[in-house]
Amino acid sequence: MVSLPALSLFAPLLGSAAAGLFGRKMGDRNSQWVTCGLMGLLTLAALYQFWDVALQGHAGTEFLAHWIVSGALKADWAVKWDTLSAVMVAVVAVISTCVHVYSVGYMSHDKHIPRFMAYLSLFTFFMLMLVTGDNLVQMFFGWEGVGLMSYLLINFWFEKDSANSAAIKAFLVNRVGDFGFALGIFACFLLFNSVEFGPIFDAAKNFTGKTFHFLSMDLPVTDTVALLLFVGAMGKSAQLFLHTWLPDAMEGPTPVSALIHAATMVTAGVFMAARFSPLFEYAPVTLQAVTVIGAVTAFIAATIGLTQFDIKRVIAYSTMSQLGYMFFAAGVSAYSAAIYHLMTHAFFKALLFLGAGSVIHALSGEQDMRKMGGIWKIIPITYALMWIGSLALAGIGIPGLFGFAGFYSKDAILEASYASGSGVGYFAYWLGIAAAFMTAFYSWRLIMLTFHGKFHGDKHDLEHAHESPPVMLWPLYVLGAGAVLAGFLTEEWFIGHGSLSEFWRGALVVLPEHKALEEMHHVPLWVKLAPLVAGVSGISLAVLFYGWWKEIPGKIAAAFGPVYRLVFNKYYFDEIYDFLFIHGAKLLGRITYEGGDNKLIDGLGPEGLSNVSKAFARKVSFLQTGYIYHYAFAVVIGLVVFMLWLGR
Amino acid sequence: MNNLLAIPWLSIVTFLPLLGALLVLLGPKNDETARHIAFWTSLLTLAVSLLILFGFDPANTGFQFVEEAKWLSFGKISILYKKGVDGLSIWFVVASAFLMPICFLAAWEPIKEKVREFMIALLILETMMIGMFCSLDFILFYIFFEGVLLPMFLIIGIWGGPGRVHASYRFFLYTLLGSVLMLLAIIAMCVFTGTTDMTVALKTDFPKSWQNWLWLAFLASFAVKTPMWPVHTWLPYAHVEAPTTGSVILAGILLKMGGYGFIRLSLQMLPQASETFTVLMYVLSGIAIVATSLTALVQTDMKRLIAYSSVAHMGYVTMGTFTKNQQGLEGAVMVMLSHTLVSSALFLVVGVLYDRLHSREISRYGGVVNNMPHFAMYAMLFTLASVGLPGTSGFIGEFLSMQGAFLANTWMAAVAGLGVILGAAYMLWLYRRVFFGPLTKPDVKEMTDLTWKEYAALAPLAVLVLVMGIQPGVFKDVISPTMKAIADTAHARIAGGVP
Repeated sequence: MVSLPALSLFAPLLGSAAAGLFGRKMGDRNSQWVTCGLMGLLTLAALYQFWDVALQGHAGTEFLAHWIVSGALKADWAVKWDTLSAVMVAVVAVISTCVHVYSVGYMSHDKHIPRFMAYLSLFTFFMLMLVTGDNLVQMFFGWEGVGLMSYLLINFWFEKDSANSAAIKAFLVNRVGDFGFALGIFACFLLFNSVEFGPIFDAAKNFTGKTFHFLSMDLPVTDTVALLLFVGAMGKSAQLFLHTWLPDAMEGPTPVSALIHAATMVTAGVFMAARFSPLFEYAPVTLQAVTVIGAVTAFIAATIGLTQFDIKRVIAYSTMSQLGYMFFAAGVSAYSAAIYHLMTHAFFKALLFLGAGSVIHALSGEQDMRKMGGIWKIIPITYALMWIGSLALAGIGIPGLFGFAGFYSKDAILEASYASGSGVGYFAYWLGIAAAFMTAFYSWRLIMLTFHGKFHGDKHDLEHAHESPPVMLWPLYVLGAGAVLAGFLTEEWFIGHGSLSEFWRGALVVLPEHKALEEMHHVPLWVKLAPLVAGVSGISLAVLFYGWWKEIPGKIAAAFGPVYRLVFNKYYFDEIYDFLFIHGAKLLGRITYEGGDNKLIDGLGPEGLSNVSKAFARKVSFLQTGYIYHYAFAVVIGLVVFMLWLGR
Repeated sequence: MNNLLAIPWLSIVTFLPLLGALLVLLGPKNDETARHIAFWTSLLTLAVSLLILFGFDPANTGFQFVEEAKWLSFGKISILYKKGVDGLSIWFVVASAFLMPICFLAAWEPIKEKVREFMIALLILETMMIGMFCSLDFILFYIFFEGVLLPMFLIIGIWGGPGRVHASYRFFLYTLLGSVLMLLAIIAMCVFTGTTDMTVALKTDFPKSWQNWLWLAFLASFAVKTPMWPVHTWLPYAHVEAPTTGSVILAGILLKMGGYGFIRLSLQMLPQASETFTVLMYVLSGIAIVATSLTALVQTDMKRLIAYSSVAHMGYVTMGTFTKNQQGLEGAVMVMLSHTLVSSALFLVVGVLYDRLHSREISRYGGVVNNMPHFAMYAMLFTLASVGLPGTSGFIGEFLSMQGAFLANTWMAAVAGLGVILGAAYMLWLYRRVFFGPLTKPDVKEMTDLTWKEYAALAPLAVLVLVMGIQPGVFKDVISPTMKAIADTAHARIAGGVP
């Protein structure tokens, strides 16, 4: 028998079907009521489940139906309840409900409201399937499902050419990641004879030091499988090399950016690393790779964030950077800190995006920060909420007393990476500190450019500028409360002493020799304070640069011209990939089509044969002269030869 | 079950369409009547095929509903009339019967000339297809296998586009050349076993000196039919020129005759040679998947693009078949079943566009989603199924065949994985250029959403695409025991070697 909370996971699917299939009949308002109402139900169930599973410890797996069964390969529809999935379900439900309600206001002038609500709900459903699966294939189902919804929502305004391109790009880059993910699944079945989490995790420890034959190489089992899966995580979580789709994904409506491209979907890779901690723990090379990739991503993304002028792109690069933090936390075996940051980040980043949406909404769609400024008096509530979100993102707080959400989780990550004592751990710590400085800087650059100084945009827009309606503000209050309190209230649960056994209860596995989580409580004081110092100095410098000495940023950019252009152009990843892969594929396609099919195959095959036979026929036709005596002569010769042959 | 056996159900399902064709021929010379006769005959055939499906026992891996009679005698060898279905063929019989009513619906309005003749050709084609899948006698099998060619040749050559003559000849000659070699192989096998009974050949270990030649002769025929790279270039021409209905049947059923032949004749009858040539099949499948996907990327004609995507998908079939393990074989059959639904649907989708604008050029369209939202939704679903999104039918087969390939050869699986990326590229790009973007072209603005006949043709396909994706057991449980038996038998016989 399926439990009520498990059943409630299907509420968004129901809402999506209702709004998507009957939206035209029941109208915009009813579509909004149905989807938001069902999301509310889901949230109630998710919060209850958080209490019941994560706090009371009632974990378990519920079987729903068979899916793919082929010999020993078995992947069923199931709902796995443990602390990790309960946390994820709660985060997804709360943020998604906020975004649903916010969208009622934000999309009020759109022509396709039911479709938008249906997409949001369907996305939520796929996300829930992703986090509650008990086997790799169901996880893959949710994984590609959220990818599909990301594609459809980026492309929501389908008449925009740029949105079309961004959507396809998102889907394809993710497919590259999923290529690794899929190979990882296949390898699991080959090696562990199962695609279900339980058997894989049980078997993983027996495979340390063993190798298997993969692509004509003998490779270590656990590391290869973990790295293949991590390639999938890199795609979904926009880690360096597979990150180019995320900034472009900002073409979608802002609520989508908040829900999918900040709070939930892009964190799926981090979730995967945590879910597979029983495997990753036995894959030392992978852990190092995860740490390095995460740290470099956190740093690189932050540098790009310093230079961008599109308000949403700044926040997008910030998201990428914060995801890097979560990964290097996982890389030093501080999975709980990674999930902790995932949770707090979901609140304050959704808040920042929706706040940015509120700004864009107020300025009739303007996104360029150079055309904003001085609007804090017009939208004071949004302004205050952006401050809260930025304080949480920058990790500001008073040690030992109180801090905003990011203060606890980001510090935990940095301390853990230092405490891991490994080379890559120190590497990640210092890049993380640098990124923390830049994070604070670009956050206040955003605030100063957007809200302070003189207004630089179209005066016409300013006349219409207005604070958002309550339906958009209430979700922001909820998220704002989360950005203030989520870190403070839950620290003991997520990363407190003994939380692995008392809160996570085996959902996360950490080997005893990986001591980062224990040692992080005993790092030197300067290690604990450095992030805060970096944050505060970043804020101060940004306020100075963009509040008073406004000519300085331009001068710095000019002084470091080549470096600035490199960073401003996002290290030319797009141009390089475009040349290599897009043009490369089309060139190869022309070669296989025109060269291969048309010239080579058809030239030698059908057309060639027909030409040869035509030529032969032309030769033979010389014999057909039309003179009877020629034919008669031929017949006589033929007869003679035939007789000779018979009389041998 | 026993009661069912007393009636020759397979003969009924095979020859019902032929009866319908006779009815059209002898009945009133009225186009509308002919359409009705054909449609209702095909529905009745579908009903009979479903009856067979319900009477079919999946756990039994042997042939069921077997009918056997002496037909002709030539000295020692006598040709049998023998029919039967097993877990491999049952779905193809049902799929053929299922697709025909949809074809008649889709042809209702567009086919306006020589309507009666068209209906007759289509009904004869159905008899040939169903007959082929349930034949258990070599000669019978060959007659049906070749018999498919004639009606299809006529459908392309008479009701096709401007280049139809070239296309139909190319189609005919290509497939015929391959089949001639198969005929020689079949005769050789009959001489060796002393009977034309295919069930005997299935259990015979042919001597080593014969195996490879027989196998290559089969390859010649099935590679053309599937089609495999490099003998695939007839397919784009045939699709481009064929009327919508022709393309639907060509992609939906005719291509599967190659995949079916590979499993039934190549793998089951010649397992040792199949093992010998496995690497060849992997290489050809890999090229088919990657090279034709790249080729699809640069196409400007919708039908040609989908034709190339068919070649790529069939690459998964040949790959899965020659992994010779359960996952790979089940994957191969599931890819074929899914492709039956999806490629048929995609050609119907192109047909819907073509009927409105009379162009297959991608660049002639753009922004269609604006005035045809329902149609766009269907097209999106089929596009997603084609790119193998989990939850649609396309995923199950692709996943299983690649899993099977990974067990057999990790390189093969990795190459096939590249195809999954490229598949998403060419399909989504196609969709974008046709459906998304601003609606600016005046004649595209005039296009109206689906008619009820078009709904009726697309809706069942859409439902099945989702059912197969979410509850594949409905389809797969019927084939699984047989696939396991085929895999196990092949392994045992390969291990046993050749006498």
